[in-house]
Amino acid sequence: MDSQTRHERWIAFLMLLPSIILLAIFVYGFIAWTGLVSVSKWDGIAPDYNFVGLKNYQQLFLKAIGGVSALRFHIGLWNTFFFTIFFLFICLLIGLSLAILLDQKVKGEGIFRTIYLFPMAISFVVTGVVWQWIFAPGTESRPRGVNALFSTLGLENLKWGWYTDPTSIGPFHIALIPVIIAAAWQMIGYTMAMYLAGLRAIPDDLREAGNVDGATNFGVYRHIILPLLKPITFSALIVLGHISLKIFDLIYTMTGKGPAFATDVPGIFMFETTFQGNHYAQGAAISMIMLIMVAFVIIPYLIFSFRQEVEL
Amino acid sequence: MSRKYFWLTTILLVLALTLVACGGTAPTTEAPAEEEAATVEEAPAEGEATEEEAAPAADGANQLEFFSWWTAGGEADGLNAMYEVFKKEYPDIEIVNATVSGGAGSNAKAVLATRMQSGDPPDSFQVHAGHELIDTWVVADKMEPVTFLFEENGWLDVYPQGVIDILSYNGEIWSVPVNIHRSNVMWYNPAVFEANGLTAPTTFEEFFAAADTLKAAGVTPLALGDNGIWASTHLMETVLLGALGADGYRGLWTGETDWNSPEVTNALDTFAKMLDYVNEDHAALSWDQAAQMVVDGDAAMTIMGDWADGYFFSLGLTPGEDYGFAPTPNTDGTFMMLSDTFSLPKGAPHRDNAIKWLTLAGSREGQDAFNPVKGSISPRSDSDRSLYNAYLQSAMDAFASNEITPSLAHGAAASEGWVTAFNDIMTLFVTNRDVAATQAAMAQACVDAGICGQ
Repeated sequence: MDSQTRHERWIAFLMLLPSIILLAIFVYGFIAWTGLVSVSKWDGIAPDYNFVGLKNYQQLFLKAIGGVSALRFHIGLWNTFFFTIFFLFICLLIGLSLAILLDQKVKGEGIFRTIYLFPMAISFVVTGVVWQWIFAPGTESRPRGVNALFSTLGLENLKWGWYTDPTSIGPFHIALIPVIIAAAWQMIGYTMAMYLAGLRAIPDDLREAGNVDGATNFGVYRHIILPLLKPITFSALIVLGHISLKIFDLIYTMTGKGPAFATDVPGIFMFETTFQGNHYAQGAAISMIMLIMVAFVIIPYLIFSFRQEVEL
Repeated sequence: MSRKYFWLTTILLVLALTLVACGGTAPTTEAPAEEEAATVEEAPAEGEATEEEAAPAADGANQLEFFSWWTAGGEADGLNAMYEVFKKEYPDIEIVNATVSGGAGSNAKAVLATRMQSGDPPDSFQVHAGHELIDTWVVADKMEPVTFLFEENGWLDVYPQGVIDILSYNGEIWSVPVNIHRSNVMWYNPAVFEANGLTAPTTFEEFFAAADTLKAAGVTPLALGDNGIWASTHLMETVLLGALGADGYRGLWTGETDWNSPEVTNALDTFAKMLDYVNEDHAALSWDQAAQMVVDGDAAMTIMGDWADGYFFSLGLTPGEDYGFAPTPNTDGTFMMLSDTFSLPKGAPHRDNAIKWLTLAGSREGQDAFNPVKGSISPRSDSDRSLYNAYLQSAMDAFASNEITPSLAHGAAASEGWVTAFNDIMTLFVTNRDVAATQAAMAQACVDAGICGQ
């Protein structure tokens, strides 16, 4: 190794050093600190770092110890699970469909693309407030929002309580449906944009070659294009997945925890526990569990992309 | 030569970045700590407070930073009215109005907690009287007592003992109350009542009889807007008060009343029955939308604190004519109170100005500027009645003569941790109406709060 490259390595290291230090303190340092708080006795405004072991975690998972808070946490985890599954599925499916449709060289493609992308430019807080109005059920005699629309159209059977309906099918609360619709509405455009970029990156030769070999249009999509879009799907899953696992602002402004926690998620539970109930240790325990949930999604992605880089 | 420059810029850049990094953190962590240490030492010696040369502030600015969640409507107008009085008296003090809006202060409290914990308190902040003040801030040793203000200004003679009790802990008074709200008020639509031949119910039996009549007539008997679950907790506290009486209700928060008693079961049964008469979309509405249902005649009654009066007032309605008011069922003769108070945090950067502010806030002049606009009454027994509307005058009479009980939903009766737990229990109860499970959970919450024995 000549002195030139050694120097360059030093420079690179020095340039990276400040951000490494900042990351070490403000990301990993605070994660470690949150972990520490989560096994402490801190309850109230004043810190108390006495070690209590896993008590705060037991209160979240064991109903015999945690009572209502364990019940609430369980519901929150189930809600996150169903929310994530449906949100990802709808975003990917409709996002891909829109991208394929837009890829057919339609007239005014730019306008459509902008229309579909616009919701993404809005903050989740705004989305939450607006969709809260849209799905507000009103009463039998004076329906509001979507229910009012159904009444006008004579579709009385379609009226229901939306996010105020506490019914659940197994562990799935149907009040989540309006929340999923709102979240998907916001992120479908983004998924579409990702897929569209992916589709545009596929050379026309490949399609033509497929057509020449006698593949139908459907066959070309099924056997050539969709496999090539796999990395896009993977990236979209990661981006959307970590949004849905950490979702807070949309639900907080749209429905809050909902009737009987029908739309509660760990993020809202964490906020209320920590900043309204002053149970700091308990709140830290919830945060740690949320971190672990997101890690389950992110770590495979990191491994995947790291391998790709090595291969390159 | 070009390499030399390259090295030089690199090193400069690295240095600059490190400086930025350190510069960002150092002042926030170190400086306030010193400041705090300095002022805390001074603080206990109360006499020194009046010495003018006790440096205006660590940062040299002649300011008063007041922290509140009053950002809109009558609340903000009331606060501004008090600021005006302050400015007239102390024109050279700059007021820094630090507000964080939203949700009965829940967002503001999160910001405040962060500031207080990092040693960066405002000069004074808004806090609910009672356990929210005591259990959250005083116990954590973040507050300075203000007993001396009460003594110097003769406030002990004009503030009712019931209020002073709620503000006291360990023999000291910990904040200055600026207003009193009543929580156990039932608001009704007189026209709807008249059309159905009803008068305001005073007992639960009368309430349910009236509710049946109204339901048969196609009117929602009771409007509820609990998209913030505190509104259900609020309704529950008035039912508990009605079922247990003032002493029994107060005992719930001190461990003297048994949460497993049949009286509490009775209260929960009553509450569950009331839910049969509320609007089915209550989970989608806020309290003011529920009040609007009463104004529109879609609903006949709603139970809400007397900030609802401020709401009706803002719509241009006349108390007694356009809307009626009465104590909630079974609670005539009791005044369930909550109070906003202004506090003196330890290490306030402009302590002298904070004391001037608190002196004004507790004075008759300051309170009579604030309360008529905010739509609340003054805790002082000598306030000017003529400034207040018909409802507020009736509240003044009730406050002067009734038994006073602390509100749960608004921080007076129990610690914030307990209230949060209670809110979660109510979130379930409103939906499942499971009286036995709810009662067991409420009893457990009392144990968890450290008030009831195992």
